Amino acid sequence: MPADENRPDLTDLDEGTPHGGGGSHPAIAPGPGPRALAAREVLRDVPRVPGAPKPDPVLVADGVVRRFGGLTAVDVQHVEFQRGAITALIGPNGAGKTTFFNLLTGFDRPDEGSWTFEGRSLARVPAHRVARRGMVRTFQLTKALSRLTVIENMRLGATGQVGERLLSAMFRRVWRGQEDSNTRRADELLRRFKLDAKREDFAGSLSGGQRKLLEMARALMTEPRLVMLDEPMAGVNPALTQSLLGHVKDLREQGMTVVFVEHDMDMVRDISDWVVVMAQGTVVAEGPPDAVMADPAVIDAYLGGHHDAPLTEEDEAEQIAAAEAELEREHDQEVGR
Amino acid sequence: MDWSSILGNTARAAIGLETVIYALAAIGLNVQFGYAGLLNFGQAAFVAVGAYGIAVTVTVLGLPFWLGVVVGLVAAVLLAVLLGIPTLRLRADYLAIATIAAAEIVRLTVRSATLRDQTGGSSGLSGFAEGFYDLSPFTPGQSYGFGPWVFGARLAWILLVGWVLVAVCCLVVFLLMRSPWGRVLKGIREDEDAVRSLGKNVYAYKMQALVIGGVIGALAGFVFGVGRASVQPDLYGTELTFFVYTVLLLGGAARVLGPVVGAAIFWVALVLIENVLVQAVGAGYVPDWLMSSTQVGQVRFMLVGLALMLLMIFRPQGIFGDRRELAIDAR
Ligand SMILES: Nc1ncnc2c1ncn2[C@@H]1O[C@H](COP(=O)(O)OP(=O)(O)OP(=O)(O)O)[C@@H](O)[C@H]1O
Ligand SMILES: [Mg+2]
Repeated sequence: MPADENRPDLTDLDEGTPHGGGGSHPAIAPGPGPRALAAREVLRDVPRVPGAPKPDPVLVADGVVRRFGGLTAVDVQHVEFQRGAITALIGPNGAGKTTFFNLLTGFDRPDEGSWTFEGRSLARVPAHRVARRGMVRTFQLTKALSRLTVIENMRLGATGQVGERLLSAMFRRVWRGQEDSNTRRADELLRRFKLDAKREDFAGSLSGGQRKLLEMARALMTEPRLVMLDEPMAGVNPALTQSLLGHVKDLREQGMTVVFVEHDMDMVRDISDWVVVMAQGTVVAEGPPDAVMADPAVIDAYLGGHHDAPLTEEDEAEQIAAAEAELEREHDQEVGR
Repeated sequence: MDWSSILGNTARAAIGLETVIYALAAIGLNVQFGYAGLLNFGQAAFVAVGAYGIAVTVTVLGLPFWLGVVVGLVAAVLLAVLLGIPTLRLRADYLAIATIAAAEIVRLTVRSATLRDQTGGSSGLSGFAEGFYDLSPFTPGQSYGFGPWVFGARLAWILLVGWVLVAVCCLVVFLLMRSPWGRVLKGIREDEDAVRSLGKNVYAYKMQALVIGGVIGALAGFVFGVGRASVQPDLYGTELTFFVYTVLLLGGAARVLGPVVGAAIFWVALVLIENVLVQAVGAGYVPDWLMSSTQVGQVRFMLVGLALMLLMIFRPQGIFGDRRELAIDAR
């Protein structure tokens, strides 16, 4: 770890993680697959500055701005996401990560800006068309379809269903074969996500963590090429987190690109090839996980520094010391309770 | 008290004209509200469009009966599309407001004095139904049926056609709702953004549901208009819509047969209470200061309302509903 002694590592900002204890999530066996190594190799020479060009970008955003009244929630100059890599999008609460996701996937319209997916513009493309082009997303506030069973949730995810057209819907013969093959694929995914026991239950009867799993599995039913996950691990228990992390890595091995929002730094460090940091709507840093987490601008963003001028060494050390003391105190209180 | 007449009237109500009309209107509403979650508070307008479609085509334009049916269906599709375009992209409550207003606009337009020559103003139109009854295989003057269910030739004919329509509509709804198309609709009812994120054109599905439900509502209008052999604007007010909602919730929303059972129960209860009250007042069992025979019409609705409240308290999912689903709503 490059972080020096005087500087708090971002790992320490996770609630409830003991100080200095980096790896509360042990790496999953087996080690990185061939695509993981390839992704890291390719990204090694990319400059570690906001907006850095990537060798093979799949998603590129330019000047995307979204204002809510007086508040500029998103103001991204330029950002590129590498194809076949897992990119983490991190930043403090209210940084604009979810809003940025909404803009990219057509669930919200920006005031300005343009962005392309696989070289084609996505500006003004409605959300369902974005999904059909192969860019699927999940939601921070999970959207399980409560009064549909788990398996029906999954079947709904399949694209290009003949039976979803009004005129052929009434004739089962027309769509039965497709339905059967979709169901097989759905069952396969349910097994992988350990939801097969819940197959016939209403999705509304699942726990919060199970809903997260269902939402992710359902998104994969669309056979996407880019998966955007908004806090996929929030509320999922640590044992399950491990397998979920495994699934996300699997996606990369299958050739998909993953962009995900996450607050747990151990997880980010564990699975991401590249990290993009947002603060107050803008991209403030990007780079490989270890480098980014040691970046003063990032630590600043997380600790809520609001100054514009760069800090002097002294100021910086002072602030960090204060922040560390604060964290220490909080941690003690946590333990004391 | 004459119990055989009371029970006979009640038994006939179970399959009577009103039951058919409300069942059809509620089947349409079930597609929109029960399955797709669309708050259509203007079902009365679709019923009116169906009824007036025939009435105006036949009496004013002098065209054949079947053309009136076509006009009514086309008008229902147009009304649905017209309502859907501005509202289906907005939040659910906007559709509710727009439809309730549209229903009043339709009613006030057909009853307006300016259009008296076209739609008959507040007294409506009549004399357009003979084309329908000419097709009847039943001999006028004879009666048909068995047990308490014996009807005159005209009523028997419209009831036969009406129940065939109900059966066909139920079959269509059944086939649609077990299909992937129906699954998308139910998904939209639960969370339309989730469905959108899976690549479905939510707007198009909502429009299809609104049109299908509206067309079935227009079928109810055909039975309404032809069954009474007249149309009157004030029969198509908002209370028709609310009774249709009552019927739907009573039977159980998002169940294929819910609307049919709901309509039967609603009219059985109404006719039973009315007949019992009329006889009881006539026989002097009810003191005059409590209720006179002219007040029976209002009191029956109060009692039916009370019965419905009790039903909703003790069986909130309706007759056919699934309590498991209701528990999920509460989370
Ligand atoms: N619909 C909205 N109307 C007004 N302001 C909004 C709206 N959506 C988001 N915002 C504001 O935009 C900013 C960014 O919100 P956003 O949800 O994108 O943050 P986030 O980075 O996802 O945060 P978190 O990590 O807490 O999920 C916040 O200040 C928020 O208050
Ligand atoms: Mg967020």
